[in-house]
Amino acid sequence: MSEKLLNWDEVLIGGAIKDPGNSKSYETGSWRVERPVWNPESCIQCMFCWVYCPDSSILVDENGKMSGIDYDHCKGCGICVEQCPTKPKSLAMLLEADAKGKSEEDLRKEVFSK
Amino acid sequence: MGKKVALTGNEAAAHAIRQINPDVVAAFPITPSTPIPQNVAQFIADGKMDTELVTVESEHSAMSACVGAAAAGGRVMTATSANGYALMWEILYIASGSRLPIVMAVAARALSAPLNIHGDHSDIMGGRDTGWIQLVAENSQETYDNLIQAIKIAENKDVMTPALGAFDGFNISHAIEIWELEDDNKVKEFVGEYTPLYPLLNTKEPVTHGAWAPPDWYFEHKMNQLEGLLNAKDVVVKVGKEFGSAFGREYGLYEAYKMDDAEYVIVAMGSVCGTTKDVVDSLRENGVKAGLLKVRLFRPFPYKELADALSSAKAIAVLDRVSPAGAQGGALFTEIRSALYDANNRPPVINYTYGLGGRDTQPQHINSVYDKLKTIAETGKVDKQFDCLNLRGTWG
Repeated sequence: MSEKLLNWDEVLIGGAIKDPGNSKSYETGSWRVERPVWNPESCIQCMFCWVYCPDSSILVDENGKMSGIDYDHCKGCGICVEQCPTKPKSLAMLLEADAKGKSEEDLRKEVFSK
Repeated sequence: MGKKVALTGNEAAAHAIRQINPDVVAAFPITPSTPIPQNVAQFIADGKMDTELVTVESEHSAMSACVGAAAAGGRVMTATSANGYALMWEILYIASGSRLPIVMAVAARALSAPLNIHGDHSDIMGGRDTGWIQLVAENSQETYDNLIQAIKIAENKDVMTPALGAFDGFNISHAIEIWELEDDNKVKEFVGEYTPLYPLLNTKEPVTHGAWAPPDWYFEHKMNQLEGLLNAKDVVVKVGKEFGSAFGREYGLYEAYKMDDAEYVIVAMGSVCGTTKDVVDSLRENGVKAGLLKVRLFRPFPYKELADALSSAKAIAVLDRVSPAGAQGGALFTEIRSALYDANNRPPVINYTYGLGGRDTQPQHINSVYDKLKTIAETGKVDKQFDCLNLRGTWG
């Protein structure tokens, strides 16, 4: 977290937060055991993944289209994969350990060329 | 001007709520506190108050609704007893941790099992570490007075901590006593308007309540909360004085009854103090230096002030209306004994459990305690640190 850690007599009463929306600054992506990998070629832009994602981690571009995954916040719950209606699915889970050091493009090939 | 009325302790609590006229009362009925929300509902139906009464499906929901309404910025009150208080448990911590100055009337009652609906302090003593301010009343007058003061104590800017006003189930809640009901406008003036610090409904300054605090924040928030609770001690004294100026009945952290030169002292809370005062009076008539230290504020526990108040004692008995539940003694005993560890005068301190599940405690039982204290003071020997009053069979 980028903000200053305050002393006990400096924190806001009752754990209240006066600058709403600051959960963005808390990156929960490190909690992930598995990550969703997205295949833009088979994606039909139904936006089910965006609707169901509990962490607002489906990225949407200026045209309102699904454009990827926010890996800084995605906790890897897999709900997007469960909801994806295409056959075969356009989202698939991959062990985080197997994703280390690989580019998103490489991962897509690895997952979706099988 | 106030007027003398003959009403029950529950009605005293209900009248306090009517006069405070909070924005929201969310409550679920449970014996012996049921007549409180019942009377509040009647007052609302009769147009005597305009509180929003939320009739919920459990006490867990009652306290949850109170938390929501208080976070929204409302002045909020409720009432409960025993298992209802226990069902509120996790939300009691959320109310105090969120620094929401909810005020609750508790007609203190035994907890099951065995099933028992009668008075003791099992509920409030079990909840003593939930972060709430705890005031305990001796009679209906104090029940009424404490709830009115609790509003000002809880809402004080340096405190901002929920408070409960407890009174013994049945002994007070259902007993008709004569007490002084103050003028509606005078009470309204005394409690004043409530200005919440960060109300959720203020859309101009959006605020988040109930957020997550990970390991690098939680500790600081809990200590910040503790400071608010500890600040309540001085505010209780201040508000007690203000109440005295307004209504003629001044309150402090405790009541020292014939304590100036007292050698044999009982420390207790609640309705048993009335019986004990009668016994002290008759002992004093016979030249026995008996005294009673009635604890009014149990949380935050004013350990230093109570230790000072016990400075003349040669032997002390602490009465707990709760089982020690595996501790060295009851909750009040362990606190008092600990408070005396740093005192210059460290007299013997013994402990009695009394009155569980509505068991009667009579003058003869209190007399037996003073007899025991006299023997201890004279011989310097304590044969039993813990015993029970009016229990069939010999304990220990």
